[in-house]
Amino acid sequence: MLRTAGLPRPTIACLPAHWHNTPERIAPAVREKIRGIGRNYERIFVLYGDCGTGGELDRMLEREGVERIPGPHCYQFFMGTDEFTETAEREPGCFYLTDYLVRHFDRLIVAGLGLDRYPELRDMYFGNYTRLIYIAQTDDPALRRKAQRAADRLGLACEVRYRAYGELAAFVNRAMVPAGD
Amino acid sequence: MSDEPEDEIVLSELDDGELVQQMHDDLYDGLRDEIEEAVHILLERGWTPYRVLTEALVEGMRIVGIDFRDGILFVPEVLMAANAMKGGMAILRPLLAETGAPQVGKMVIGTVKGDIHDIGKNLVSMMMEGAGFDVIDLGINNPVESYIDALAEHQPDILGMSALLTTTMPYMKVVIDALKEKGIRDNYIVLVGGAPLNEAFAESIGADAYCRDAAVAVETAKELIAERRRSNSAAMNVA
Ligand code: B12
Repeated sequence: MLRTAGLPRPTIACLPAHWHNTPERIAPAVREKIRGIGRNYERIFVLYGDCGTGGELDRMLEREGVERIPGPHCYQFFMGTDEFTETAEREPGCFYLTDYLVRHFDRLIVAGLGLDRYPELRDMYFGNYTRLIYIAQTDDPALRRKAQRAADRLGLACEVRYRAYGELAAFVNRAMVPAGD
Repeated sequence: MSDEPEDEIVLSELDDGELVQQMHDDLYDGLRDEIEEAVHILLERGWTPYRVLTEALVEGMRIVGIDFRDGILFVPEVLMAANAMKGGMAILRPLLAETGAPQVGKMVIGTVKGDIHDIGKNLVSMMMEGAGFDVIDLGINNPVESYIDALAEHQPDILGMSALLTTTMPYMKVVIDALKEKGIRDNYIVLVGGAPLNEAFAESIGADAYCRDAAVAVETAKELIAERRRSNSAAMNVA
């Protein structure tokens, strides 16, 4: 996405995905990261959702003077806020996957939720769910097949919506315009 | 070597103390069949259903809760433990009703509209029931009306709301504001919970308390009910 935009090259720092499972630790950990790398860069942007910090991430970022892409989680900014809100309202029982989650479904969802060790938990987790929606960032038949297998495994219907990078693209394009322009 | 491992534990051969200890371990390991078997054994030995519930099941889940809080156990293990406890509760529930176990109070609980996370709420329901509360569980995705209808129908002491999403937690305020509008807010103790919440949030929406986990929920519920009964009887004395 960044390469094709012909914009200045930023440095990207990734955070461990398993932080999702302990949201109360996210804000302090992100603050450490920002303070650690901050002095080497002109500007820092956070491209993660609130991810269940209950607003704590934004309160911390405001104190640090760092901007974040708006939104509660990546599903919403990948799909687009209006569409996500409308989908969630119409069918609350949707479970969302992105390219990343489809690729690492076995590790992050199956093993992460312990379904490999305790297959009988599937219906306790997903009993209230009806549909898996794969919000695709790339148009890749192999990933679509994998998403279908994931849905089968969870006992859910599968729908694919190709939305590329959604609101993330616009945010990054805007962020990469040099300050002062 | 025989097929049977030598250290295979035969539950019925354990004395009461050992069996209860074993049940704590089996709950921890999420062994539903073993829990059900042990509940039957204790009942046959003349234990009251209430004693089985509190000493074996609730105490076992309390230990699970502590290790979950401390990051030693994770969600799958807690779910397995809860499922084992559920098996034991299903046997005890009808008996508890018959034998008149102590009734501490009544609670209506549900996950708010737009949210279908229910693991934490189910755990709270179960531990509240284990502590002697009559629990009416409204399930998931509850709009204001379903809370209000349930309050009118069941007249509980406590309303509990759960939310796990940043986007759904504000809905708790919608419910509380609706209660205020109807002039019935103060008829109930309002407890809220779910991972993204905290005390400041609970205060800002006008709930009575935020509870970090099921054990805290039970303690808080008991305290607030006792407080309320004290102040009610004080008011009566003045009158
Ligand atoms: C398990 C889980 C799921 C399961 C839910 C299964 C189920 N039947 O509930 C599955 C995998 C299905 C799921 C789905 C989703 N989830 Co989810 N999920 C979690 C996870 C990992 C754990 C929640 C949990 O069950 N914890 C275990 C229980 C025991 O703890 P608890 O819920 O906190 O409850 C305790 C206390 O909070 C308290 N409590 C809770 N309720 C109440 C109520 C009262 C009255 C009281 C007094 C106390 C109390 O007592 C409980 C017991 O001790 C959290 C992350 C986290 N660690 O919180 C994410 C999390 C909540 N999920 C999240 C998301 C985004 C989703 C999805 C959108 C993801 C997706 N890919 O589609 C969907 C939701 C879709 C939808 N339509 O709603 C995000 C929310 C982010 C945000 N901004 O809000 C989180 C924070 C993960 C993350 N960091 O991204 N999820």
